[in-house]
Amino acid sequence: MGLEDQAAVKRVADEHGSGVVVLLGTPDAESTQTLAQTVAAGDPSYAGPLAGVPLGLPVFHVFEPEVRDQVPADVYEAQVALMEMSLDRDAILAGLREARRAAATT
Amino acid sequence: MPRVDIARVTPTGMPVIRAVSLVLAHAPSFVRLGSKPLRVLREVKQPIEYLQPHLRGWDEALAYAPNQVFIGNLGVDELAARPRPWHRHPLAGAARFGPDGEIMPEDEFLGLLAACDGFDLLGLDREVADRARATLDGHPVVGRDSGRPAVPPGFAADALAERIERHHAVPLVGVDGRLLGAMLPGHDEDDTLTGQVLLENLACKATASLALRHLLARPGAIAAADVRYVINCGEEAVGDRYQRGGGNVAKAVAEWAGCGRATGSDVKAFCSGPMHALMLAGALVRGGLHDDVLVVAGGSLAKLGMKFQGHVKHAMPIVEDVLAGFAVQVSRDDGVSPVLRLDAIGRHEVGSGSAPLALMKALYSEPLGRVGLTLLDVDRFSLELHNPEATEPAGSGNVPLNNYRTLASLAVVEKLIAREGIDDFVRTRGMPGFSPTQGHIASAIPYLGHARRGLTEGRLTRTMFAGKGSLFLGRMTQLPDGLSLVLERNGAS
Repeated sequence: MGLEDQAAVKRVADEHGSGVVVLLGTPDAESTQTLAQTVAAGDPSYAGPLAGVPLGLPVFHVFEPEVRDQVPADVYEAQVALMEMSLDRDAILAGLREARRAAATT
Repeated sequence: MPRVDIARVTPTGMPVIRAVSLVLAHAPSFVRLGSKPLRVLREVKQPIEYLQPHLRGWDEALAYAPNQVFIGNLGVDELAARPRPWHRHPLAGAARFGPDGEIMPEDEFLGLLAACDGFDLLGLDREVADRARATLDGHPVVGRDSGRPAVPPGFAADALAERIERHHAVPLVGVDGRLLGAMLPGHDEDDTLTGQVLLENLACKATASLALRHLLARPGAIAAADVRYVINCGEEAVGDRYQRGGGNVAKAVAEWAGCGRATGSDVKAFCSGPMHALMLAGALVRGGLHDDVLVVAGGSLAKLGMKFQGHVKHAMPIVEDVLAGFAVQVSRDDGVSPVLRLDAIGRHEVGSGSAPLALMKALYSEPLGRVGLTLLDVDRFSLELHNPEATEPAGSGNVPLNNYRTLASLAVVEKLIAREGIDDFVRTRGMPGFSPTQGHIASAIPYLGHARRGLTEGRLTRTMFAGKGSLFLGRMTQLPDGLSLVLERNGAS
């Protein structure tokens, strides 16, 4: 996650506190895992504003059923379905599970 | 007032793509002056030593398979079959010249830059200038007998040092740390005419001019004296403090290439600029204003080394070390050359929105459907062709592969193929990315030479080109842009 994005997430989390949820639209397992880890346990590269800052924010991916169920079907179809079909959904969600597991044990 | 649809265009009298050229100029010393390296290296104590192990020699750039595809010496399927990473598997017997253009070495490119500078702002080191002149004068399309300006005499080291220290010239430092030259600003108080900006503009002009001279040398191409209109769609916004994007690079390039009866103008739309320019060229030809219109674009110095941190991190060469240029001749139907179907132009309209499904339909299935075709009637799609070896090490993914998979998913949504057929669709109708990350040029254009051959001598019937532009980067609209064109074998309709 870029330094500016890290700063933006930190600012929103500081302003709004515990009600913040992060929703990812990342295209592969690696970026999903990295971003999820960054907003939950801190920047793994120790380069950005979230280095050593475990915000502990709940993270979801837009491909997860819990998210999909909350979006009107036609909106999901227009905005997300094409990407879901073209990307490796299972690998992305596996990356997210891995990041959650790592965050839980940190 | 009733809504008026786009006028129906009848399929007769369509313009054709008569000639294409695609060129690369190897410019490792300029990588340091790319926008990203320039910013990052300010924080590095020994930037020359830091970059040096990752900068390639010309031989390596020449034998780099994606570059050979760019100039037409290697096919896209041959590239797909080659082992990766491509930078570790050089192509044996790689040639400098190909059917579409060339890969010019930096020694000569420095001379070309100086010969394109009509204001004596670029000063080359004396030895560098002499060497460049000696080789460039014998060049087959931009040699001394092409009528171009001479490579001016170079300067002694102390004269260059004075330009840098007293007159704010931008130093041009070689890969090994030696001073190659310096670029003076064009005005003392104008931020749009600094040495850096002018060097970017000059690099754009030089690579576009090289491409145009190559085009004029193609068999059957128009003679320089017959060129009447040139559209430039390169990325640089040439201008001054009162009009930053004033233009007109097209005319500057036409002048340099010896097109004495030509005029022209610049067309800009971020990375979809070339698609708009080709459409407009086709319309000018079909409308009868000109028999031929040339579309040209030079390379983007600012984008050299854009992802270099990823390359350094992965201990690989910085593959974004080439500037690109292209030229296309759009002409009245000659009965042979591929037809540009002006009745099947895909448009991302203001009201199209930015949802992926709407964008994809607007660019692909809607224009094809308008002329009774589907995605399966297109043999090859040329989309954004960024070389994945440039983007993947920086975490930006394989852009062409992702886009081809999205296109294949559109074919699934439209019930043209089964979901299991996505991989096959991508393999047979797509191609690996082989373009340097030169923005507008990577946007579909690099396949144009291959498509022209395939649609005349080869087995292709129909190809589709789509460019997308990130207009939102300019902060004036949140919209993206996109335009697609269909090229078809002459007589196929």
